[in-house]
Amino acid sequence: MENILKVNKIEKYYGSRSSLTKAIDNLSFDVDKGEFVAIMGASGSGKTTLLNCISTIDHVTSGHIYVDGVDITKLKGNDLNKFRREELGFIFQDFNLLDTLTAYENIALALSIQGVKSEEIDKRVKRVAGELDIREILNKYPYQMSGGQKQRVASARAIITKPKLVLADEPTGALDSKSSRMLLERFNYLNEAMNATILMVTHDAFTASYASRVIFIKDGKIFKEIRKGRDSRKEFFDKIIDIVTLLGGDLNNAL
Amino acid sequence: MLYKLSLKNIKKSIKDYAIYFFTLILGVAIFYVFNALDSQTVMMDVSSSTEELIDLMMTMLSSVSVFVSFILGFLIIYASRFLMKRRNKEFGVYLTLGMSKRKISLILFFETLFIGILSLIVGLGAGVLLSQLMSLVVANMFEANLTKFAFVFSTSACIKTIIYFSIMYLLVMIFNTLSVSKCKLIDLLNGAKTSEEIKLKNPYLCIAIFIISVIVLGRAYYIVTHDFLTLQKVTDIIKPIIMGAVSTFFIFWSLSGLILRIAMSIKKFYYKGLNSFTLRQFSSKINTTVFSTTIICLMLFITICLLSSCLTVKNSMNANIRKLAPADAMFTANMNMDKYYEKYRKYGYNDSQIKNSHYTAKEMFELFNFDITSYFKDYIEINTYATKNLTMNHTLGSKLDSIKTQFPFLAYDTMESIMKISDYNKVAKFYGIKEYSLNDDEYIIVADFKSMVSIRNVALKNGETINLFGHTLKPKYDSCQDGFLEMSSQHINTGLILVPDNVVDEEYLVQNHLIGNYKTTNREEITEIENNINKMDKDVKANDYLFPSGSTKLAIREATTGLSAMVTFIGLYLGVIFLISSAAILGLKELSESSDNKERFRMLRKIGTDENMINKALFRQIAIFFMLPLILALIHSVFGIMFAVKILEVFGNDQLLPSIITTAIFIVIIYGGYFLITYYCSKNIIKE
Repeated sequence: MENILKVNKIEKYYGSRSSLTKAIDNLSFDVDKGEFVAIMGASGSGKTTLLNCISTIDHVTSGHIYVDGVDITKLKGNDLNKFRREELGFIFQDFNLLDTLTAYENIALALSIQGVKSEEIDKRVKRVAGELDIREILNKYPYQMSGGQKQRVASARAIITKPKLVLADEPTGALDSKSSRMLLERFNYLNEAMNATILMVTHDAFTASYASRVIFIKDGKIFKEIRKGRDSRKEFFDKIIDIVTLLGGDLNNAL
Repeated sequence: MLYKLSLKNIKKSIKDYAIYFFTLILGVAIFYVFNALDSQTVMMDVSSSTEELIDLMMTMLSSVSVFVSFILGFLIIYASRFLMKRRNKEFGVYLTLGMSKRKISLILFFETLFIGILSLIVGLGAGVLLSQLMSLVVANMFEANLTKFAFVFSTSACIKTIIYFSIMYLLVMIFNTLSVSKCKLIDLLNGAKTSEEIKLKNPYLCIAIFIISVIVLGRAYYIVTHDFLTLQKVTDIIKPIIMGAVSTFFIFWSLSGLILRIAMSIKKFYYKGLNSFTLRQFSSKINTTVFSTTIICLMLFITICLLSSCLTVKNSMNANIRKLAPADAMFTANMNMDKYYEKYRKYGYNDSQIKNSHYTAKEMFELFNFDITSYFKDYIEINTYATKNLTMNHTLGSKLDSIKTQFPFLAYDTMESIMKISDYNKVAKFYGIKEYSLNDDEYIIVADFKSMVSIRNVALKNGETINLFGHTLKPKYDSCQDGFLEMSSQHINTGLILVPDNVVDEEYLVQNHLIGNYKTTNREEITEIENNINKMDKDVKANDYLFPSGSTKLAIREATTGLSAMVTFIGLYLGVIFLISSAAILGLKELSESSDNKERFRMLRKIGTDENMINKALFRQIAIFFMLPLILALIHSVFGIMFAVKILEVFGNDQLLPSIITTAIFIVIIYGGYFLITYYCSKNIIKE
């Protein structure tokens, strides 16, 4: 299997020398092409920091992150922006849609900043809207949509550029359970039918159970890793719950 | 504690609202500079007649100051309310923590106090410095040599500035207190969250309203430029002004709906880079800012017209003096007044004055034992003639009736001034203007008063002949020729009929003119000579003999200088205040938008937008907001200036272009300056 993401011994420190906080402590893992990986951990475990480092929003203190063979810790300035808009797709907990733009325009923006021609934009927006089942709301503004719709629009925006890697930060955090299920089913569809590689950060076992692999992080280190394999989603969910119980602490509370 | 909180708030916001402080300082400085004008050294050292004009000017500037303080007061209250709105959440937090409304008012009070004191001190300092710079302008205006530099400070202007601005700040405090006492906690805390609904206006309605507005605006333009003559009363101008203002509002209203629609239909443009984002930003705001855009547009329009026409008047006046008052002095004696005894009695001349009116100007001076010619380097003497048989009724000939219906109020019975061609050429040679020649059966009309020229040209084009002392003369040219006899600061020659020498009957001599240049060029000596001449008028002899009336270059210049200074300063004062007010409102609005948009720009960055792309979008967004009112104001101004040119016709408009250029420079510097400051501050705000 081809490696899309290779995280190699990264560390991230916060604070001064006297009061050092290790948010990420010598952490390594790989994500293969077409994988759907969930990263779980309690708040403060370093999972958001990890995602920020991979998404180049934050910098690592040491170590390397390779996306499709390119060391992104070495990128700077506009190269970073270029990398971000061409290789990555983002889905945020709070959607991050522009409230002044319609759904269509929000999705199109990701392409237009890449300089894609308008005819091409139209074709691709319509196609991706079909895949995420948001055709009917394309001309609506974010304030006219439900949370689930917003998140599906954000997902459409994230995958329309055909990124090598889709990063999702607590995508179901602001959604009710029904919307969450709908969104995650779409994720599965994107993952299986479109072969999209997804890396999702969550503290919700139910959300994580849709992934094909779950990496548990505690205190900036990998605590455990489990694969779904041939299990059903329900069985996988039970396994996740077991580990969450093992992890203890506030992750339980988050459930 | 409260005191500390307010100080901290100011420190925190001084960077974001630099433009507000900057405007306050500028306002104070300008207020001081124009109220301190009379203390300029150059102003102290002028003749008594100019002094009167300066007094008049200062009185006018004082009343203008009241008006200016209203504008600035409005600006300050608007800005502070605007800034307060942005801090709703902060006040909400204070209230939830249990702070009383009175205490919040107190915080605001301290803040206003600090800002007020700070802006007054800095503004006055800047004003005093600017005032030194202003002395150069003043010196140039009064054509004085600024040989010695003296530092000037006007205590009265300083005190006045402090009082006026204190009142403004006091009003702000009252307003702030009122709005704090009225606010509700829930609104304060949730104010920021309730997002505005974005509605696209009905495009057909927009198009209809746009077309109607353009038609109304066009009609207003037409009235002020082409239908000029229908505007008989001052109040008539109000109608096109209201038409213009209302249509301006609706043009912006409909444009706000249309621009986005049009842009959206051009897919290639709309989905290019951040264009869709920029345009959406623009249209989401213009819905709520149509009114202020209108106000700003109108203020800019007033500024442009005011500055350019005031500068035209000033420049033209100065240029005119050089051209229209080429000799040092001209004295005119009325002759043969007894021929029109009744008329002159009616004008208030006494019997003996009328009876003794058979002396030339030079002879009259001799009669008063004043040898004027001894002061002259060179001089000429010439005559003008008039007869009841040659009035405008006659010169206009067959065209009289049609002209009369168009201009019913002209005095058609006034006798025309007639000059021998040789006399006129003497004058022309002396003045250094164009000389003319005539055949025995021809006449020429020289005139430079534009509207009169156009009336006379109708008759001349028709080849109207005149009958004079038994001779029939035909016009040599089919239009009035340029020229004048009376010296003046303006083009006021309504017409002189030049005829061949042999035609003239000496019986009809009405005025004798003595035109000369002084030996001395020293201003003080000339003033002394002229003061002595002016005294003659009060001589006992003047009861029996009518002393020649004089018009001198110096007198004309002084009168004009005062007038042009007045016009220029008032124009500059109002123009600059209007300009900074409108630019400041725009700047403030844009800056606060930028802090609202911080989150949006962060999102754009997260999805990988280049920094240059973001800056370009920001630049365009601010540029659109600054340019939109300016563009319409410029279109308004084209017609406004055309109107002003007609009103100011007597001053001549050959100086229009330099004035417009100067105005443009003013606008580019001030408005452009505000634009750039806004852009750079916004860039800072949206930076991570």
